Amino acid sequence: MDFYYGLAQIIGVHTLLGLSAYIVLLTGQVSLAQAGFQAIGAYTAAMLTVLAGWALVPALAASALLGALVACAVGFPALRVRGLILVVATLAFGEGVRLFFFNFDYQVARGGVRVGPLGGEGFRQIRYFPEHGWTTLEVMLFIWAIVAAVMAALWWFDRSRYGAVLRAVGEDELAAQSVGINLMAIKVSAMTVGGAIAGVAGGLFAHYTTHIEHTNFNILVATFALAYPIVGGLASVFGTLAAVVFVQGFLIEGLRFLGDWRNLLFGALIVLSMNLRPHGLLDAQALARLKRLLGR
Amino acid sequence: MSMLELKNASRHFGGVRAVDALDLAVDEGAIFGLIGPNGSGKSTTVNLVTGLFPLTTGQILFRGADLAGVPVHRRLGLGIARTFQNIRLFGHLTVWQNLWVAQNSPEDHARKGFFRRWLGGSSGVRAEIGELLEFAGLAARQDELAGNLAFGEQRRLELARAVAARPKLLLLDEPAAGMNTEEIGQLRERILELRGRGVTILLVEHVMELVMGVTDRIAVLNFGQKIAEGTPAEIQADPAVRKAYLGGDVK
Repeated sequence: MDFYYGLAQIIGVHTLLGLSAYIVLLTGQVSLAQAGFQAIGAYTAAMLTVLAGWALVPALAASALLGALVACAVGFPALRVRGLILVVATLAFGEGVRLFFFNFDYQVARGGVRVGPLGGEGFRQIRYFPEHGWTTLEVMLFIWAIVAAVMAALWWFDRSRYGAVLRAVGEDELAAQSVGINLMAIKVSAMTVGGAIAGVAGGLFAHYTTHIEHTNFNILVATFALAYPIVGGLASVFGTLAAVVFVQGFLIEGLRFLGDWRNLLFGALIVLSMNLRPHGLLDAQALARLKRLLGR
Repeated sequence: MSMLELKNASRHFGGVRAVDALDLAVDEGAIFGLIGPNGSGKSTTVNLVTGLFPLTTGQILFRGADLAGVPVHRRLGLGIARTFQNIRLFGHLTVWQNLWVAQNSPEDHARKGFFRRWLGGSSGVRAEIGELLEFAGLAARQDELAGNLAFGEQRRLELARAVAARPKLLLLDEPAAGMNTEEIGQLRERILELRGRGVTILLVEHVMELVMGVTDRIAVLNFGQKIAEGTPAEIQADPAVRKAYLGGDVK
């Protein structure tokens, strides 16, 4: 059973990561910086619980705050550019963060053992959950409570005027400006919210894996973050969740029995799913159908 | 006082003088027509007033204040709204959302109630958006995606979207393009209704039956320069205008 709880943890954290890219994508911006924000959140939360002895929830709040602040600061210069240049700029930022943690040493002695991040060897022994006696099930439920809260918040945003403005910017920047929308403010706000979500995702990731290192936040992870909302569709937050379940649950775990063939099939199946469902796994029509089903 | 004043305004694109030393004054409450052949600088003038391009030389004054350096989104807050020659709606948003998004007048930006306005529900704006829907004749279509509307409906929605910001000056860039006679008649009534509410209107248009019927004053552009200005009757009688633009067969 623990295997499935573990898988549910992975799916939960990846859903958060995907949602952090989702809100930025709504404004039409493609960001490869989400893994960088996640790294910042992961190291922040882990250092606070392991080195400073904080409880987990305030440490996660600090991860969200720092992720948001960095995203806001990065957003102002980065969002001045668009399209491919933005992709390159955010990629450079993400890699910069990764290389920072590759070189980041900050160890202190705790009970005769030196703990803390140690450059390329990473940050070992983030033992908050085992030390406090959390079972895998409890950790999984905790992660999913946060995922549910974040999804509820984003679902709410999507129905508000703010959500409509985000989509308006994503659709036509010139028209959005002309109806009085401050493009920079809207894009940076989306980036900031995304940074906070990625920060929390990082904090949770650090604690359930108990060992983080710079390669956990490389370009592959940034690409996944972006791929989830695209594969799932931007019609609603549930698209991202569906894509994470599809990718992590089916393509990665479900096809593990195929051995090396899995990697080959992985790309092909993503391409196939994009061809069969060009507007995402859960597009507007699928959502309308679901709504009708649930309504009756 | 003039609502809008262009003083020696020019916009050059490389060697092309899209708008060249243009002087224009639109009085408050007027319906001012801007006509001229394709490429004569009409749309560029609209884009200069809304701030999409900076001026090469000259000045644009809105209610006496220089607009230089005022970014596009803030000009709407000052009271300048527009429609586009090629309709630019938010096609994946509903009709209702298109209007909701566009309510960006200064009152909508007051600090009080910031979160309720942006993250709260739509109950506070329902009456006003309902009025806009009535104005545009789109009340029955409010939940339709804007991209699914018929052409004439899209034009009406775009007009209503500009009105949503409660503008003082409304710039209409060829609002009658592609419309039939009946639709043009309805558009004329909507323009007159807006003027009745105190909105000043700058109308860029090729459809002479609309321009001549509805405007108080007209300026004619050719190659970025103003070649004539006057009342509709004066413009129709002007030999230079007939030669450059109207041709002989003005009705």
